[in-house]
Amino acid sequence: MSNHDFDRFQGSPDYVASEELMRTVNVAIALERPLLVRGEPGTGKTMLASSIARALGKQMIVWNIKSTTKAQEGLYVYDTVQRLNDSRFGDRDVSDIKHYIKLGKLGESFTSPEQVVLLIDEIDKADLEFPNDLLNELDEMSFYIPETRETINTVKRPIVIITSNAEKELPDAFLRRCVFHYIEFPTPEIMERIIKVHFPDIQEKLLGAALKTFYTLRDIDDFRKKPSTAELIDWIYALIVGGIPHERIAKEIPFVGALIKKETDYAYFMEHVMNRRMNTYGMRWRD
Amino acid sequence: MFTYFFYLLKRRKVPVSVTEWMTLMEALASGCVGDLDDFYYMARAILVKSEAYYDQYDVAFQEYFKGIEPPPEIREQILDWLKDPLNRMAVSQEMQALLDSLDLDELLQEFEKRLREQTEQHDGGGYWIGRGGTSPFGHSGYNPAGIRIGGEGGGGRAIKIAQERRFRNYRHDITLDVRQIKLALKDLRQLRRVGPLDELALEETIDATARNAGDIELIWRRSRQNAVKLLLLMDVGGSMEPYAQLCNRLFSAAHSASHFKDFQYYYFHNCVYDYLYKDIERSDTVGTAHILQTLEPDYKVVLVGDARIGTTELTHRYGSISYYEPNETPGIVWLKRIGEHFNHAIWLNPTKEYYWNHATVMAIGRLFPMFELTLEGLDQSIKKLVVRR
Repeated sequence: MSNHDFDRFQGSPDYVASEELMRTVNVAIALERPLLVRGEPGTGKTMLASSIARALGKQMIVWNIKSTTKAQEGLYVYDTVQRLNDSRFGDRDVSDIKHYIKLGKLGESFTSPEQVVLLIDEIDKADLEFPNDLLNELDEMSFYIPETRETINTVKRPIVIITSNAEKELPDAFLRRCVFHYIEFPTPEIMERIIKVHFPDIQEKLLGAALKTFYTLRDIDDFRKKPSTAELIDWIYALIVGGIPHERIAKEIPFVGALIKKETDYAYFMEHVMNRRMNTYGMRWRD
Repeated sequence: MFTYFFYLLKRRKVPVSVTEWMTLMEALASGCVGDLDDFYYMARAILVKSEAYYDQYDVAFQEYFKGIEPPPEIREQILDWLKDPLNRMAVSQEMQALLDSLDLDELLQEFEKRLREQTEQHDGGGYWIGRGGTSPFGHSGYNPAGIRIGGEGGGGRAIKIAQERRFRNYRHDITLDVRQIKLALKDLRQLRRVGPLDELALEETIDATARNAGDIELIWRRSRQNAVKLLLLMDVGGSMEPYAQLCNRLFSAAHSASHFKDFQYYYFHNCVYDYLYKDIERSDTVGTAHILQTLEPDYKVVLVGDARIGTTELTHRYGSISYYEPNETPGIVWLKRIGEHFNHAIWLNPTKEYYWNHATVMAIGRLFPMFELTLEGLDQSIKKLVVRR
């Protein structure tokens, strides 16, 4: 993908992206399609957008989706209640509806004079029909406001990043318009780089011991929620602050609460991992 | 360009559409692609919209760019073959010839490898291997078409990536974890407006206010809640032992899914008879007739079991396998009553569909729509539970 004039994403100093991911991001930018990113929680889906924004020197607009979010809100909101209120008690000019039209995040990103990175975070949180309601707007990158008879057109097509946790199936028509990438859980090598981004001065031995323990825990299939990157970073931070020597990490797994968040997982961990270990160590002492 | 690849993907059941294909063509025309690696990632990003299909994509990619024959799906070929045990008797001449031409040790080795791979995805792994020796599976193992493994690497890196098939575990047809089950169960809902008037109906409020010439009038409505009631009946013990963990997951998912209006669960052993049990140890009982009497027909019923029992256990009076629970009424009659009483009932079977060629499984399958206890099966079954029969 050389000699092309679109901006190319190559990761940013504070975000380690796999080669696959970078390629996919560049495909999405080149094709001007929204990029749909999926992956386990804690694999840096949301971080990706801010990293792209920083790497390309662009402003980022975040649209956090909640279960109650309506597609319309992203475009604009016609504040009828305010207008009604003003008509009775206010002194503003209620005859001009424009005062009561407020652009949503999508509208903002369309009208921005510079190209922006728009993050639509956790699109699957919203109602099933939500993505369908945005189809045309994302295609054309424009929309019409009937109240003011205005059409909002894009100045510069934003780079759209959409994240999803796969809690709901997204409609096919919507998927067809996106470029898709699944972020795999980082391999130990990539994880090492990620940790070093967060803790540049970390001791190699500590890092090695922590990673080894972390991936061992992740291999336990019976956990309801496996620890992910975000938890690992918290944990390593705790280890550093606590001044834990690296030999103790694998043996005792200190601050395990930073890694294992569910009560049932914790119980399982104590019973199956720690107890067994105590027994092994106990036997060794007897030798 | 690459049109055959498109059809290969389709054949591998990757849902690609012409729109996406045109996008890929557009991308190719724009000169974004430098080498095969680029193509691999770009085509995947554009054409494949779920990690569940990454594996099939890899297989199709291998097939197209390597010109090698991909490993055929066990389901399609071997298991078609399996369905008819008579096949075992008649191995055709040409096949015999093929068999003779191949090194048996080599084949056996591959066969074992394949088996191992299969058990990783198959919950009742022991079952597979256990049966491996005697079942027709063993026979088809010698079938040269049955176990073809991708050739050695070489060539582009993308092909190697495709050959690794790292995404095998994301396929839909593997068995489930709790969260996946929960997600599937989420679809099982019928929202109705119930309870107190506690939600402001904005549209109506504005409308009423406007009609009132600007005098604000607030309109309230009931909030939407799930009206679905679920009844879960699970087979425990005996032949269900290998699937205990899987059934556990289903149970814990259903149990912790808080969105049901009501959730009831009972256990049975092999088949439903006069009594159902409130606990796995089967000590606390409740009459099946009582359940039918007291639960309204709008409960959605999910029965879980392998349905593979003795014929007499299903059709005979006193057929129950348990000495201590002599049944006055044959199991099949009870099942029939359950099916007739409730509007929606389905059967989830933790065994694979190709094992269902069994008298009692088929008999029960005629009473209830039967689905595999996999993500795909669960999704289908829930669709069945939502729609009216």
